[in-house]
Amino acid sequence: MSKSKSPSAISKLLKFLGRYKLLLLLSLLLSVVTVVLQLYIPVLYGHCIDYAVEKGNVNFEGIHNEVHLLLIFIAIAGVSTYVMGLANNRLTYGIVKNIRAKAIRKIQLLPLSYLDRKGVGDVVSRIITDTDQLSDGLLLGFTQLFSGVVTIIVTLIIMLKMNPWITLLVILLTPLSFFVSKFIATGTYKMFKAQNEIRAEQTALVEEMVGGAGIVHAFGYENRAKERFSENNERLRQAAEKAVFYSSLTNPSTRAVNSVIYACVALMGAYMILNGKLTVGGLSLLLAYANQYMKPFTDISSVITELQNALSCAARVFELLEEPDQVAENNQILADVAGNTDLERVFFSYTKEKPLIEDFNLHIKEGTHVAIVGPTGCGKTTLINLLMRFYDVDKGCIMIDGTGIYDVTRKSLRESYGMVLQETWLKKATVRENIAFGMPDAKEEDIIKAAKEAHSWSFIKRLPQGLNTEIDDSSLSQGQKQLLCITRVMLTLPPMLILDEATSSIDTRTELKIQNAFEKMMEGRTTFIVAHRLSTIRNADIILVMKDGHIVEQGSHDELLDRGGFYRELYYSQFAGVEI
Amino acid sequence: MKGLLKYLKPYTKESILAPAFKLVEALLDLIVPLVIADIVNTGVKTGNRQYIIIRFAFLILLAVAGLGFSITAQFFAARASVGFAAALRRDLFSHIQNFSFEKLDKIGTETLITRITGDVAQLQNGVNMVLRLLLRSPFIVFGAMIMAFTINVKAALIFVISIPVLAGVVSAIMWITIPLYKKVQSLLDGVLLTTRENLTGVRVIRAFCKEEEEVKEFDNKNDAFTKMNLFVGRISALLNPATYVLINIATCILFLHAGDSVYTGEMEQGDLLALYNYMAQMIVELVKLASLIITINKALACGERVSAVLKEEPGMAYPDKEEASEEADSNPYTDSEIAVLFDHVSFSYAGSKEDALTDLNFVIHAGETIGIIGGTGSGKSTLVNLIPRFYDATKGSVEVFGRDVKEYAQGELIQNIGVVPQKAVLFAGSIRDNLKWGNENATEEEIARALEISQSSEIVEKKEGKLDEIVEQGGKNFSGGQKQRLTIARALVKNPRILILDDSSSALDYATDLKLRRALKSLDGEMTTFIVSQRTSSIQNADLILVLDDGQIVGSGTHEELLKDCDVYREIYDSQTKDNGEESA
Repeated sequence: MSKSKSPSAISKLLKFLGRYKLLLLLSLLLSVVTVVLQLYIPVLYGHCIDYAVEKGNVNFEGIHNEVHLLLIFIAIAGVSTYVMGLANNRLTYGIVKNIRAKAIRKIQLLPLSYLDRKGVGDVVSRIITDTDQLSDGLLLGFTQLFSGVVTIIVTLIIMLKMNPWITLLVILLTPLSFFVSKFIATGTYKMFKAQNEIRAEQTALVEEMVGGAGIVHAFGYENRAKERFSENNERLRQAAEKAVFYSSLTNPSTRAVNSVIYACVALMGAYMILNGKLTVGGLSLLLAYANQYMKPFTDISSVITELQNALSCAARVFELLEEPDQVAENNQILADVAGNTDLERVFFSYTKEKPLIEDFNLHIKEGTHVAIVGPTGCGKTTLINLLMRFYDVDKGCIMIDGTGIYDVTRKSLRESYGMVLQETWLKKATVRENIAFGMPDAKEEDIIKAAKEAHSWSFIKRLPQGLNTEIDDSSLSQGQKQLLCITRVMLTLPPMLILDEATSSIDTRTELKIQNAFEKMMEGRTTFIVAHRLSTIRNADIILVMKDGHIVEQGSHDELLDRGGFYRELYYSQFAGVEI
Repeated sequence: MKGLLKYLKPYTKESILAPAFKLVEALLDLIVPLVIADIVNTGVKTGNRQYIIIRFAFLILLAVAGLGFSITAQFFAARASVGFAAALRRDLFSHIQNFSFEKLDKIGTETLITRITGDVAQLQNGVNMVLRLLLRSPFIVFGAMIMAFTINVKAALIFVISIPVLAGVVSAIMWITIPLYKKVQSLLDGVLLTTRENLTGVRVIRAFCKEEEEVKEFDNKNDAFTKMNLFVGRISALLNPATYVLINIATCILFLHAGDSVYTGEMEQGDLLALYNYMAQMIVELVKLASLIITINKALACGERVSAVLKEEPGMAYPDKEEASEEADSNPYTDSEIAVLFDHVSFSYAGSKEDALTDLNFVIHAGETIGIIGGTGSGKSTLVNLIPRFYDATKGSVEVFGRDVKEYAQGELIQNIGVVPQKAVLFAGSIRDNLKWGNENATEEEIARALEISQSSEIVEKKEGKLDEIVEQGGKNFSGGQKQRLTIARALVKNPRILILDDSSSALDYATDLKLRRALKSLDGEMTTFIVSQRTSSIQNADLILVLDDGQIVGSGTHEELLKDCDVYREIYDSQTKDNGEESA
């Protein structure tokens, strides 16, 4: 699977590189310079050793010349390593930045159906984690792989030039080290798997017992929780001890193999010196190489696993970026909205297999208050998704003042609606910024006026810094958050309103107080209200009773009660307490 | 932090042996360059092949012995670090289980979960690394220096100077970058937050047409994050080239000096080779040490956080069992007709200046059904949380069956009380496991009866595995209403003398709610029941209704009495029944 995907992901990334291609080239060039110099410097040290033969026999001029050359090379190697580091940073951070900037723009254009389907966690991890993995694994991995290969090649060339026999010895013995580490890795894998399974069990247990600490207390379950934890913990200890121990064998084992290779090089080298085929300086070089020779190999093998992981991350990122946008819009502007709304023969479903809304018709005059009631999952929220054009209908049309909503810009359509949803969403920002979300240049007195009307002012003024208090999702109660969302709409007052369970978390008494404000706000505005609480929608001009995507009843409160259908059943169950 | 060391105590032997064996291995490593020098100085010079072979055998011996010592060290380190983490985790878990609600609120359960799972794992890694490497690396660095002294004193002075210079450069770069990395992390958190907000708020953002502004905000954060990363990168990218250049300059100086020494006969060619090898060993270990220090730093931070949790007091004191039972014997009111008594009770949450409850006084007789009603934030849940002593009253006293709740031994009070919390939570396991939470020895009949009353028999009936049907973590395979009914059943299986329903029928439809209330009503006399609700319909048949407003009791009595005398109650009632339009006019 990865094979079919990898070339495409890489070529996509290459396209993405753009002006960073030069930077990548520079980085690769510098890595060649660095590797060659770093490998050549020990050669010069070898010469120095050879110049200092014995008492009274030292070539001082030779040593001085070599040291001069060395200092120049060291300086160049140092500078090129540093510049390569900077280039790599600029490359990876730059690419990450660009991908994220593209992704956030993409989010604004993606159809909601995609975002709803994928879920927040999935998309966030694509933008944050996968992007990081992509840059670290793919870009840095690539440069590491490249410099690893260069190192091996240059090392072999120099060694061969120095002494082919010892080189042959090293090449022959190298697989031994691989074999050992491979052997250990296979054994360790099973132990890690066992450990991870037990650890997953433990995490689940901790999440339940600590996350649900309240219930643990309420049922005096503490001791049993402790017993269950101890039992699992002991199993984890045994599994982890094995996994940690065996995995830590890799380093000493490969090091031991390396030491053996090192000893063999020393032995062979010494004999060759005796035969006049090698100098002491040459031996020093071969020993230094024998020591480092394994490093690029182990680096490369770890880089390759990382690359595979990075490729699948890259595929996930590109999948997001290449997801088709929502359908292009027509550029007519919907203006001076009166609020006549017509739905004609509308068909819609989230999935093909499960038809939801079928042949739905609705004609509403401006200023009408429409209440939508019905059991959970009956399609109330779906209707709102369609009105706001969060989703597009499969068939049929929706018109406002006779203009089809697919003929106008999304912006002008949505600006005609004020929306309060059951799930309150506030930014991590000040109360003021949140209220003025739809109207950033609102005046202070307008904000306060809106807050007073929505009955949020009484708690806002008690916050530590009033309107300037920084809030986030957890710093207010659900009811307070809902009040702020209502205030947010109170401030902008668009020509039509959508209230989806807007007061579900507000107690009925406060709700009653807001009701005045709501009524004032709704006056003359076409309004769609979704609510569980029948009491809040009794005043609507038309009540749509929905069931399984269809309107089963339609009419005013009194009419529907008289009809004695589904609505009556819903309504009276609320007062069942009286019957006991 | 030091307190955590006690968890290593059972592993004292391992904790000493691991680094000791590691040191022996390091010592063997240090001998290698000397053997090579011998080969060159004596073997090669004299042409003694046998001498070379013996030295070669010695090198192999060193490799094998090194492996042996190293494996032993890894074994002890693994045993000690894993054992340390396991013991720590067990204590941490037990300690957290004893935390009071107030403590849990203060620290937050999310935090506690990461302490147990994430931080302890980091600590285990830290301990393992410290045992294996902390002594080894400095030992090799200084060992190389000492070995240099044995070869040539003047050459060794180059080591003496270069070690502090290198150490200085490495620590300076780390000292500058570590705090900067924290900043990078917090900027990344900002990017993450904005990304999340853009997704969670996608409907609101689109409804208000704020896409462009959101993108702009994201760009700012993204830019700031990238800039900071590049800035830190510029400094930390210095580490490798700087140490490389320094160590090589030192080597150059060594060679310049060594030329003289060899010329005068102070030093031989092989010695020069050995010194050169020591330089190489030293730099490798210094780089390892630097990354080790980062690991240790992380582990230390985790250690601080873990010990901070361990230092937290459980938050609630209990008399021990004997004292409590004596108290019970000496108290003539035990088993009295009075189930619950609030005497001038006030309560405020930790860190809050305002009272959540103010001066509550009431008496509840055994067997009564009590309705508690009021707006959001009026203190309903807080009130019922004081009965099973989830929190202690800040002022006044709460008595249950004639005894102050503080006089019950740990776990004694809760045996008598069944609580159904607002949020219905089930745990992984079978339905039966869940129902038996409060009563391990519950019989099948008791379970069946609890299911019957809580209207959940049909839920169980419909499941293939009946009572043994598996509940997934968080009860994901049950709907909100099903979970709520099962949590009520769970509380009933305990056969509690007091049952508290904290707004626990919100997810039930009206008909089921009604059946549930009727079934509970049929238990009249057996149980004292508290029903917290926002709906007057849920409580209007209670023997006594307490109306809360802003933490105070503004009315108490039966439904009819309250309708007559209590404005707040009437308002609530009207808001849920009569036509709003008329009322607000």
